[in-house]
Amino acid sequence: MLALIVRRLAVGVLIVWLVSILVFLVTMLLPGDAAQTILGRQANPTALALLQKQMHLNDPAIVQYGRWLGDMVTGHWGKSLVSQDSVSSLVLTAAENTGLVMLVTTLIATPLALIVGVAGALRSEGALDHVLSVATLILVALPAFVIAVSLIFLLATTVTHVLPAASVIDPSASLLSQWKLLALPVLTLVLGVVSYPIRMIRASMVEVLQSDYILLARLHGLASPRVIIRHALPNAVATTIQATALNLIFLAGGVVVVETVFSYPGIGYTFVQAVSDRDIPVIQTLVVLLATFYVVVNLVADVLVILVTPRLRVDARKAADADEPVMLAYEPISS
Amino acid sequence: MIRDVLRSGRARVGLAMCLIVVACALIGPYFAPHDTTEFVGIPFGFPSHTAPLGTDYVGRDVLSRFLAGGRNILVLAVLSTLLNVGGGAIIALVAGYSLRFADEVLMRAMDFLLAFPPIVLALMFVSVYGSAAWLIILVVGISQMPQTARVIRAAVVQVRDLDFIKYAEGIGLSRRRTLREQLLPNVVAPLMVELGLRLTFSIGLIASLDYLGLGVLPPTADWGLMIQENQAGLSVTPWPVLIPVLAIMILTIGSNLVTDGIARTVGGIDRRVEA
Repeated sequence: MLALIVRRLAVGVLIVWLVSILVFLVTMLLPGDAAQTILGRQANPTALALLQKQMHLNDPAIVQYGRWLGDMVTGHWGKSLVSQDSVSSLVLTAAENTGLVMLVTTLIATPLALIVGVAGALRSEGALDHVLSVATLILVALPAFVIAVSLIFLLATTVTHVLPAASVIDPSASLLSQWKLLALPVLTLVLGVVSYPIRMIRASMVEVLQSDYILLARLHGLASPRVIIRHALPNAVATTIQATALNLIFLAGGVVVVETVFSYPGIGYTFVQAVSDRDIPVIQTLVVLLATFYVVVNLVADVLVILVTPRLRVDARKAADADEPVMLAYEPISS
Repeated sequence: MIRDVLRSGRARVGLAMCLIVVACALIGPYFAPHDTTEFVGIPFGFPSHTAPLGTDYVGRDVLSRFLAGGRNILVLAVLSTLLNVGGGAIIALVAGYSLRFADEVLMRAMDFLLAFPPIVLALMFVSVYGSAAWLIILVVGISQMPQTARVIRAAVVQVRDLDFIKYAEGIGLSRRRTLREQLLPNVVAPLMVELGLRLTFSIGLIASLDYLGLGVLPPTADWGLMIQENQAGLSVTPWPVLIPVLAIMILTIGSNLVTDGIARTVGGIDRRVEA
């Protein structure tokens, strides 16, 4: 068990390290170096040479990478080229806002997916199940910004005016007192994120409900709700954990567009602004952090799934030897 | 197979939805009443004789810009999907057939790419190299390659140990021919599903980049960009936003319905875990 966690952790660190190399290669070896970006195209050549020397841009790439990686790891993320604020303070404020949106979205989306998925599975091929199948098919297909703009059309401008169309929050007041501003971003993300979990949970429940031991429990005369809650539902726990992890991974990409639609000052909005401004230090930091987030979510989900699945706990060694993380090699538990 | 897919009502509806939007995007420009950059009225003007769907935020004809604004998204999405599925299939065939060193290297590389949300990877490249069409095709195609490669590899692994492959190896068929003539035909079904799924997501991704203002540049007419440009005027006139939104909706929902039809015909999509 411990060996498994250590192994996964090592793979995770390796992935983040490779990510850092790619980010460095793409952003630091760009046409026209960082000094050029800071001083502009018409920079005085002497000043440019001086700044290049100050920033150690004349060192070999490998030395530059070593220094850059050291700064990344120790949290010295540099200054924004645009606002001159330190990247860490910029990122931390944004991360707080994004964290809140992600938390609320997950707290809504996961139980919703569980309830709806189980409901669909209970009457598999019934009317509700068919409606769900079409609805999730539609929601999966829609780009997040299309959902967002449609909600603005329906709820914030043309059709009704129940919610604000932009989420420009006041940093001095508490976020919870401005909950109305969170409503549309959260609603968009819930709709964008909830389809796969519903399908996953439904599929795994359908399989469980058809299994022999559920049939046996029913034959023993156990009442239906009791069978479902005591015997079938625990089998959906692992799937729910995986679904939640997937939600969070989707959200890491989803916030980029959705926060921008609503001008909500989180990680995604900051990232898009930085991309428009070519604010390299901010871009580097955010990409590395998002990849780290992916690795951490995967790791935590893997460990939790193993903890709640006796079959995998016994087989921890086997799982450790398997090529892929448990979550990504997903197969419905109990077959 | 196409006939089997079209037996499903959903797939037929989906195909019809796609065809309507594709027709608008491809032949629409020839029917546009005005030039896309011509000013025909006041900003956010209501529908009138000269501008049947009203005007946009600087007073250009919404109908003409709508008719001209889909082609770019469609072309880029199709090309990046071909790159994605083609590249993913080659990686999957080589990896799944070798199951040794090449498999390790290729699939670990795919795991690594998976750590980037596609939009984040795309934006990182755009921030440095600008938003050239070739770059967007490349990045959108590559960023989704891990998903394709994983699915197809799983299908390859299922058939690689069957007797006909052993026979092909036995009679001395070259590796390339074994892959192309023996393995590839057996993973056509998941490839078709993947093609539909990736097309749907690529349309969304490219339209998102345009919406963020990091794809095509103004004054180009483009559905994604149109939505962003005119969003501020939603409470004045909804048309410049609503029409492109509906077009993207109909297109992506349609292609996903067709994909679902293919998946149902060839078997099993619900097991799939997507990222």
